[in-house]
Amino acid sequence: MIEAIAFYFIAACILGFAVLVVSTKDTVHSVLFLVLDFLFVSALYVMLGAQFLAAIQVLVYAGGIVVLYLFVVMLVNLKRPAEAHQDPHRRSKLGFGLAGAVLAEFGVIVAYGYARPSQAIAATASIPVAGNTEQVGWLLYTSYLIPFEIASMLLLVAMIGAIVLAKREL
Amino acid sequence: MIDTFLIPLLKIVVVLNATLVGVTYMVLLERKVIAWAQSRLGPMRVGPYGVLQPVADAIKLMLKEDITPVKADKWVFTAAPIISMVPALIVYAVIPFGPVVTIFGHPVSLFITDINVGLLYIVSVASVGVYGIILAGYASNSKYPLLASLRASAQLISYEVAVTLTLVSVILMAGSLSMVSIVNAQYNANVWFVFVQPLAFGIFFIGSLAETNRAPFDMPEAEQELTGGFHTEYSGMRFALFFLAEYANMIVVSSVATTLFLGGWLRPFPNVAALHFLDIIPSWTWFLIKSFVFLYIFIWVRATLPRYRYDQLMRLGWKVLIPLAIVNLVVTGIIRVLLT
Repeated sequence: MIEAIAFYFIAACILGFAVLVVSTKDTVHSVLFLVLDFLFVSALYVMLGAQFLAAIQVLVYAGGIVVLYLFVVMLVNLKRPAEAHQDPHRRSKLGFGLAGAVLAEFGVIVAYGYARPSQAIAATASIPVAGNTEQVGWLLYTSYLIPFEIASMLLLVAMIGAIVLAKREL
Repeated sequence: MIDTFLIPLLKIVVVLNATLVGVTYMVLLERKVIAWAQSRLGPMRVGPYGVLQPVADAIKLMLKEDITPVKADKWVFTAAPIISMVPALIVYAVIPFGPVVTIFGHPVSLFITDINVGLLYIVSVASVGVYGIILAGYASNSKYPLLASLRASAQLISYEVAVTLTLVSVILMAGSLSMVSIVNAQYNANVWFVFVQPLAFGIFFIGSLAETNRAPFDMPEAEQELTGGFHTEYSGMRFALFFLAEYANMIVVSSVATTLFLGGWLRPFPNVAALHFLDIIPSWTWFLIKSFVFLYIFIWVRATLPRYRYDQLMRLGWKVLIPLAIVNLVVTGIIRVLLT
C-alpha cells in the first residue's frame, strides 16, 4: 500500500517536472527542473532495490552532466526568445511522429514483459555474489561483457574526438 | 517500533545537533588558531576566552536584515543556500562513528545507517552540493558573484575527479563500498590504509582542501579580486547557511578521511594485545580525535600557506593530481590481482 502510494507520488513528480523542463521559458529554470527530475528517477531506482544504479544516476546525471548543461546555458545567455519557424506545424508533426514511435516502443516492451514474465528473478538467483554493487559488477563482466566493452570503446572514441576537436594542433 | 523508528530518529537528532554545534565551534576554533599563529589573542570579549562567541554570532546573523537584490532571480536566490546546506548534512547518514555497541543491554549501532553503496552515496550527494554555489552566483545577477561561482564550480569539478579516483583505490583495498566494511577491512588487514595508500591519502587531502574551497585553494573567496566571492549579495541567515555549509563540508571530509585512511573508530594498533588498556577510551572518541586532528590541519594550512593563482590551481589539478591518482589506481589494481 505504502509502496504503491510512494510509487505514484514519485511517478507523478517525474512526469510533472519533465513537463516543466520543456514548458518553462527561462532556460536555467528548465535545467534545474531536469535536475529535480533526475533526483526523483533515482528515488524510483531506490524503491526498485537498485541502490547502485540510484547512486550512479545522481553522481553522473544530476551531479555531472547537468552541471555542464548549466555552464553552457549560463555562459551563452539565452535571454532572447527563440525565433519562430516559418511553418509552426512542421515541428508539431515531427513531435507527434516521435511521440507515436516512443508509445509504440512502450507497448512492445509491455507486451514482451507480459509474454515472458519472471525472467529477471531467475537471472538474479544464479549470481554467486551478494549485494547490489557486486551483482551489477558480476553481470557486467560475465553475461554483458561484450556490450560493456563496446560501450567503453564508444566512450573512449568520444573522449579522443573531444580532444581532437578542442585542440586542432597538438 | 523502538528499533525501526525511535532509535534511528534519536540518532538523527543527535548527529544533526552535534554537527551544527560542532560547526559553530569550528568557526571559533579557526579564529583562535589563526590568531595564535599570528601572535594575537582572537575573540576574547564574549564569555571567558571568547567561548560564547558562536552564540553571539548566531544571534547577530539571525537578527540581520535579509536582503534580496531587486534584479535577482528570487526563487533560485532563495533555493541556493538550501541546496548548499542540505547535501552537507545528509551525508552524515552513512558516516560510522563507531561499531555496534550495547547500551543498557540493547544493541545500538553508532551510525545512522550502513548501506551497500555508502561511499558512492557520499560522492554523489557531494556532487549535488556544487549547484548551491553555481546558482548563488547566477541568481545574484551581479558580476563578482558570477565570476566567483564559475571559478568555484570549475575547481570543484576538476578536483572531484582526482578525489574520486583515490577513493576507488581505497575501495579496491577494502573490496566494499560500505563505510562500515571499509573500517572492518582495515581491522582485518592489521593496518590503516594511510600506510598502504600514502599517495592516495596525499591526493585526497589536497583535493579535499580544494573541494571545500579552503586555503590555499580558496579562489572563490579571493577578496582582493572578487570582493566576497559567490555569496557577496547574501546577508543574514542565508549567508550563514553558506558559511555553515562550508564548515559542515570540512567536517564531512575529515570524517571520510578518518574512515577511509585512518581506521575510523579503531584504536591505534587494533590487533596488538599489549595495547588493550587503550580500549577504556570508547570507539567514537577515537573517531572524534582523528577527525579533529584532520580539521586542525585544515586550519593550520590556512594560517601557513599563501593562496594559489587560478591557473596554477588548475594545472596542479589536471596535470599533477589526476595523472598521479590514475597511476596509483592502476598500480593498486595490479598488486591486488597479484596478491589474490
